[in-house]
Amino acid sequence: MSGEGAKWTASANQAIVGSQLARGTVYSYTQVQEPAAGFEAQAPFHLALVELDQGGLITAQLTDIDGEVAIGDRVELVTRKLTTDGDRGMIIYGYKFRPAMQ
Amino acid sequence: MGVSIVGAGMIPVREHWSSGLVELAVEAGEIALREADLTRVDALYVGNAYGATFNRQSQLGSLLAGSLGFHGAEAYTCEAGDASGGVALRTGYLAVASGAVRSAMVLGVEKATDIVGAARLSARNVSLDADYESINGATLTAMAGLLMRRYMHEFGLELAQFEGFSLNAHNNGSRNQFAMYRNKLRRGAFTKAPMIADPVSLFDTAPDGDGAAAVVLVNSEVAADLAPTPVTITGSAIATDSLTLQDRADPLYLKAVAESTDRCLEQARLELVDLDALELHDAYTILTALSLEAMGFSERGHGWAWSGDAGARIAPDGELPIGTFGGLKSRGNPGGASGIYQAVEAVRQLTGQAGDNQVQAARHILTQSIGGLGATVASHIFSAPAD
Repeated sequence: MSGEGAKWTASANQAIVGSQLARGTVYSYTQVQEPAAGFEAQAPFHLALVELDQGGLITAQLTDIDGEVAIGDRVELVTRKLTTDGDRGMIIYGYKFRPAMQ
Repeated sequence: MGVSIVGAGMIPVREHWSSGLVELAVEAGEIALREADLTRVDALYVGNAYGATFNRQSQLGSLLAGSLGFHGAEAYTCEAGDASGGVALRTGYLAVASGAVRSAMVLGVEKATDIVGAARLSARNVSLDADYESINGATLTAMAGLLMRRYMHEFGLELAQFEGFSLNAHNNGSRNQFAMYRNKLRRGAFTKAPMIADPVSLFDTAPDGDGAAAVVLVNSEVAADLAPTPVTITGSAIATDSLTLQDRADPLYLKAVAESTDRCLEQARLELVDLDALELHDAYTILTALSLEAMGFSERGHGWAWSGDAGARIAPDGELPIGTFGGLKSRGNPGGASGIYQAVEAVRQLTGQAGDNQVQAARHILTQSIGGLGATVASHIFSAPAD
């Protein structure tokens, strides 16, 4: 993570994932119809760039979507299973965003 | 020291089921050598992006130098995702321009169809950010979908407004025997095509293909003895931007396109208006629109307008010819070879060998080889011999 536009750092990321309080708005989104290996079972799924309230963009899946998604939608971070490393590998957990509850 | 191209060769972009990576590379390399009337070069620079993940093969420099008969020569791979061809060309240019080597072959090769579907997408994903993109299910096409959706949202655009880029690509590719998909697109088909990562559809993206292309570079002082009218490289520059979209201050501004183009033009002592054709990295129509803005051909939010009149403005006989042999969209995108296909196509244009795709009186052509969505941008200007 680098670049003059970056306001988001790996350490900030860890703090936010830990706090479970990250909120933001959908900056852009797409529905992935042709996934890479390890994501076939979830497809089609929504991928988004989320603009965090504290600044910065982050790439993440949208989850618990019930209906249409739009740019500007309010979302909040949740911990979810992302994928499994092969049939017998580790389960990889990470963050996704769901529609904000409030 | 000036750098001239005395030989160029390519093979059709296809699903080459019966040939391996080495056979493809050797075929293209030998065409370029024959054209240069040489049997060996001092150095071989290979443009290849996915040999290690598509074909379980690295160290292509040694492998291909041996196969081409350049035993003992300096030889190695240059890699920058789908800009691998462009960065290999830059390496060859620097080596010859510096006088470190007298002659060099730059050989782009990709053998993509050994694996298919989700496995190929995973193999391609090594060029994304592993920790922040791939792990979340991203693919390059998905990231292009995010970029295009935001662009359409900010400037109030419809899908149909990008159609002309694909129409032009397929019109040009239909007249190119080396193109992978030579079908013309019907008007209206673009907006009805199946989505891959909306709004990016099947007719918006360039297909992966197997291919190889090569150019032979020598310093311009000896070039005149080898070729009657050698094309010269008058500008060469690489710029980079953040690998991820999320780290860019403004994802809709392709900073590395702007910087590499400006440096290239300055070196060649040319202005945008002097360029007679562009070979852009049209892996997605949104990349073409944003490139045209970053280069300075359009104001922000207006790059899409070059696709107007069903692509007539960017046809070989139009105002600003783009992708004159079909671009990545129709000719195909053989990964690390794409940047060298662009170079060979520029040479064919500037030596009057472009057949039905000829841009009349073309003197200067800019090629742009892009890794990711503008993360690495290698730009080159090719110029016809002075009268």
